[in-house]
Amino acid sequence: MIKIEKLHKSYPIGKDSLHVLKGIDLHIKEGEFVSIMGSSGSGKSTLLNIVGLLDIHDKGDYYLNGELIKDLNEKKAAILRNKFLGFVFQSFNLISYKTALENVALPLYYKGMSRKERLKVAMDYLEKVGLKDWASHLPNELSGGQKQRVAIARALVTNPKVVLADEPTGALDTTTTDSVMDLLKDINDEGMTVFVITHEEEVAEKSKRIVRLRDGIIISDTLTKAAKAL
Amino acid sequence: MKFLFDSDTWQEIYGSIRKNKVRTGITIIGVLWGIFLLVVLLGAARGLENSFNKAFGNFATNSVFVWTQSTDTPFKGFQKGRRFRLNMKDIQVLKSEYADEIKLLAPRNQTMNLIVKDFKSGSFKVSGDFPVLDQIQKKKLIYGRFLNQNDINSSAKVTVISEDMYKQLFEKDEMPIGQNIKINSINYKVIGVYEPSNTIDFDGDTAYIPFSTFKKVYNTANNIDWMMITANEAIDIEQMESDVLLTLKNLHKVHPEDERAFGSVNLGKEIAKFTGFLTGMQFLTWFVGIATLIAGVFAIGNILLITVKERTKEIGIRRALGATPKSIRQQIILESVFLTTVAGMIGIILGATILMIIDTLFGQGVDATLVNPTVNIPIILAAFTTLVVLGTLIGLIPAHMATIVKPIEALREE
Repeated sequence: MIKIEKLHKSYPIGKDSLHVLKGIDLHIKEGEFVSIMGSSGSGKSTLLNIVGLLDIHDKGDYYLNGELIKDLNEKKAAILRNKFLGFVFQSFNLISYKTALENVALPLYYKGMSRKERLKVAMDYLEKVGLKDWASHLPNELSGGQKQRVAIARALVTNPKVVLADEPTGALDTTTTDSVMDLLKDINDEGMTVFVITHEEEVAEKSKRIVRLRDGIIISDTLTKAAKAL
Repeated sequence: MKFLFDSDTWQEIYGSIRKNKVRTGITIIGVLWGIFLLVVLLGAARGLENSFNKAFGNFATNSVFVWTQSTDTPFKGFQKGRRFRLNMKDIQVLKSEYADEIKLLAPRNQTMNLIVKDFKSGSFKVSGDFPVLDQIQKKKLIYGRFLNQNDINSSAKVTVISEDMYKQLFEKDEMPIGQNIKINSINYKVIGVYEPSNTIDFDGDTAYIPFSTFKKVYNTANNIDWMMITANEAIDIEQMESDVLLTLKNLHKVHPEDERAFGSVNLGKEIAKFTGFLTGMQFLTWFVGIATLIAGVFAIGNILLITVKERTKEIGIRRALGATPKSIRQQIILESVFLTTVAGMIGIILGATILMIIDTLFGQGVDATLVNPTVNIPIILAAFTTLVVLGTLIGLIPAHMATIVKPIEALREE
């Protein structure tokens, strides 16, 4: 599903450049539930952004769903994101003046689905995350956990190949963290590839595979207890 | 083009406008003011033009008036400062020499006299005229008729008076036709009453009597005070004016380069001055209106640019969810076009309303200053199209700004 070979990325800072990713090799198969762990500055967010086609890498190869990602223009990237990827952000990134339902339906709008149809699909997904009754609420009327579940519903609504979650629990308390992670786990159990970035050990333990990054290189790649138990 | 008729597109625009009500309102007012000014100024300019046209309307605009003053150059033994008068011989010479050029020629004699009717009286101008005057300076008669050739031939003691004179001299609802009034103690029968002219009028309230009668009563012999000449179509009126003056100078032994001996007014030339003034005013109107419009459109561009800056994050989210740069651009441009269109329409409606009010306040009655202040539909459509085109162009800038930022940078924005 995701195949990365010798991936390099650096950012220019003034005259110098900061080498963030120093040759990453990573292969994620369909249906996996992978956590990327690492302290801040380890390059995990950069990795996710590159995987999510929000940023471009300098060197190395990146295959998404078997397709080599190279010289992508914005239009192509947008279409690929819409088709293959679902995003969940730490700060939820819901559009403040749209209701929960409209937020969930937005990716389908860019897919070109009719309004009636996409509101129906969006409602199904809201139901799936247990927020059917909150469909007509604006994001500021929802709790953090609810917001993140709306965001997850939005990530799933296009039925993507991979869900990319960047610190999905970073802004949540312990209880809601568990419920959000359980939700991601359920999704994974249904066969969805889930790619989570976190720095919380307990969160990572919920996934099946933990990849640890430090200073732009992978230092360990292990299966979790949860995966071994299967 | 499909996206134009997509209810979702409009829902998105409605959402973003609703989010910034005040700012959107102020922006709209900017453009609205521009097109409003354009409409009102153009309408007012048109109204002024119409009232000028109306003022000159009943008068033959290819007219020249000629009278005598005093010479300023000694010539053929005469000293300078000599006074002289036009006479009927001049008229005959002009008529025969300029048969092709001159269409109408009206010699005139005028004086002021006391006019008495029973116990009422007033001092008015008395004018000895030929029926031809009616063709040069159209008289609208309320009662009776104007002078005719029979009156001239028989030197009849008849007169045509103005409505105001009638009101001053007669009892209310008294029939004036056939009644006698005394002009300089001589009885004249009133044969017509004319309406005051609502256009330019060189006579004012005048009692018109036959030229031949005037000649006898006031003992003017063959002399005349002045004359009105109108030219045939396609005749260069200025050329005719100078030719006529030269002939007259020759007849009266005046130096050909004497500037003072004859006074003349060329109505066409005077009107051209006004027309030039009107053209200048219209140019100014357009300039001010369009400049204001452009300022308004820039305001919209500016606001959209700020909006885009503020919405960078939202645009980033949308792009992460699969919005193509094209769809982002379309939305911002459409927003710009939509705002300019709405503002333009409101501006036109308001402008038209003001013109209606101007019309009721200043556009009615005989002495209206702004007659029928209107703006042509094609002009409005052109201004409107310009507005929409400018709105599109100016929308391109924020639209471009929105899409050059990488989605990841847009998302980082707080």
